[in-house]
Amino acid sequence: MPFYVSPEQVMRDKADYARKTLARIRSGVVITCDAGILFVAPNPSRALRKFSELYDRIAFAAVGRYNEFETLRKAGVRYADMTGFQYDRRDVTARGLADWYAQLLGTLFTDSNKPYEVEIVVAEVGATADADQIYRIIFDGSVGEEHGGFVVMGGQADRVSDVLKASYRPGMSLTDAMTLTISALSVQNEGTNAEPVTGGQLEVALLDRSRSHRTFRRLSGPRLDALLAEAQAGSATATAAAQPAAGADAEPTPSSSAAEQDGSGGSGPAGSPEADGSAGSPEGDQGEDQ
Amino acid sequence: MAAPELLPGPGGPGLAGTVSPGGGGSVGDVPHGTTIVAAVCDGGVVMAGDRRATAGNMIAQRDIEKVFRTDEYSCAGIAGAAGIGIDLIRLFAVELEHYEKLEGRSLSLEGKANRLAGLVRGNIPAAMQGLAAVPLLAGYDEDTRKGRIFSYDVTGGRYEEQRFASMGSGSVFARGSLKKLYRDGMPADEVVLACMHALYDAADDDSATGGPDLGRRIYPIIATVTGEGFERLSEDEAGRYAQAVVDERLRTPDGPPAPLDQTTS
Repeated sequence: MPFYVSPEQVMRDKADYARKTLARIRSGVVITCDAGILFVAPNPSRALRKFSELYDRIAFAAVGRYNEFETLRKAGVRYADMTGFQYDRRDVTARGLADWYAQLLGTLFTDSNKPYEVEIVVAEVGATADADQIYRIIFDGSVGEEHGGFVVMGGQADRVSDVLKASYRPGMSLTDAMTLTISALSVQNEGTNAEPVTGGQLEVALLDRSRSHRTFRRLSGPRLDALLAEAQAGSATATAAAQPAAGADAEPTPSSSAAEQDGSGGSGPAGSPEADGSAGSPEGDQGEDQ
Repeated sequence: MAAPELLPGPGGPGLAGTVSPGGGGSVGDVPHGTTIVAAVCDGGVVMAGDRRATAGNMIAQRDIEKVFRTDEYSCAGIAGAAGIGIDLIRLFAVELEHYEKLEGRSLSLEGKANRLAGLVRGNIPAAMQGLAAVPLLAGYDEDTRKGRIFSYDVTGGRYEEQRFASMGSGSVFARGSLKKLYRDGMPADEVVLACMHALYDAADDDSATGGPDLGRRIYPIIATVTGEGFERLSEDEAGRYAQAVVDERLRTPDGPPAPLDQTTS
């Protein structure tokens, strides 16, 4: 063990350590749509959750080491409830929570031997889609507000993000957002079977714009199955209609119509030819990290 | 979770100007002015509370709300010092939500009742100074699928009530009235009417309990908690029940008479 390590080296090592863990896990997606803010991630567990309610219109999403982000989640719930009680429910904001998390994670990154291997998102649903706010806070306390309408957390974020960027439209319906998200997440599955996704493999939640008071809802069981069926039927009809529609639609960029046409090659969301063509990267260890 | 300090400086008996939902602040006066009633109905429970707040002999507020939704399957009413009571219930509701978010499940109804008892016990120092607040809790038990009622005393003692319960300075009159009107297995709308009558009778005999104000359209707060969750009657719905009670009283001022025995009804 070296007697002296430069501070830059220490910081870099910590950041690399956290980044490596986060790259190994499977991505989750946070995406705004007309119904509110949708959260989707692969998660076979029914008890261990990545998405949770923080407050009336605010939700918490996390990937990484479960016990670490659970601690952060509980601390956030405490902070939100205390603030809401001491002042008023309206005085709890996603921005305030994001700042608070940034401080917390920043201090932890600097002071601990090992950083928290987590990436978290704090999202607040507005009265309308342009009032929605999504903040991403990563393990070193950096916080950013996401303006693109969606965030990909952990895993192969760039690849999943590319699919989303190509086809995302502000104000898309819940079903369309679900269709798009599933097809985006499926780019991680290349090399494995291309079966349609079932409700049991996913964790899905929604900050429902139309609800009053507490807007956070988990979608599971028959409700999720119905939404998935709609979404997968939607992607099938979209691929069928892609060819004639691509010319007629006023798509803002040529790449979005190209993405739709590419999807027509497969029978299900995981069957796109691009995914099959590239060399599969090994799936990371799923044991402790989610 | 610490409750924010709400108490005034070291007081003593005879706190003038304390607004309470019915009696003044001094220890010698009746501390729990108001009437709250709760009664089990088929598939749940009904809670009703009057709207009067008094400070001494003055009416401090005509439309104070004393029955609150504490979560989807429970509600609570308070009697005693208004400021203390309202904040007690507010803290209680936040605690229920807090547990639910932390643990991912709601508390059991027993757990809620116990927690409320703890909050009431925490208020003993203030209660000794004359600022007592005492709740009545009603909820829907998702395991047994029945409504349940819990009453409390100022030390935080918790007592489960069967069928119906009442609390506050007018509780004696409300309970007597419900004794004659209540039958087991009544549907919710009949229980609501019975509770309205009970509150009317309480207002008839207790100056610290207010009756329905038809002119200003200020009616008792009525809430039901069933398998569908908490529901508070709208002003119009409450008004219809209030009008029905008033119409009945125009015919028989003391309310519908109960038969002397079952066979001659």
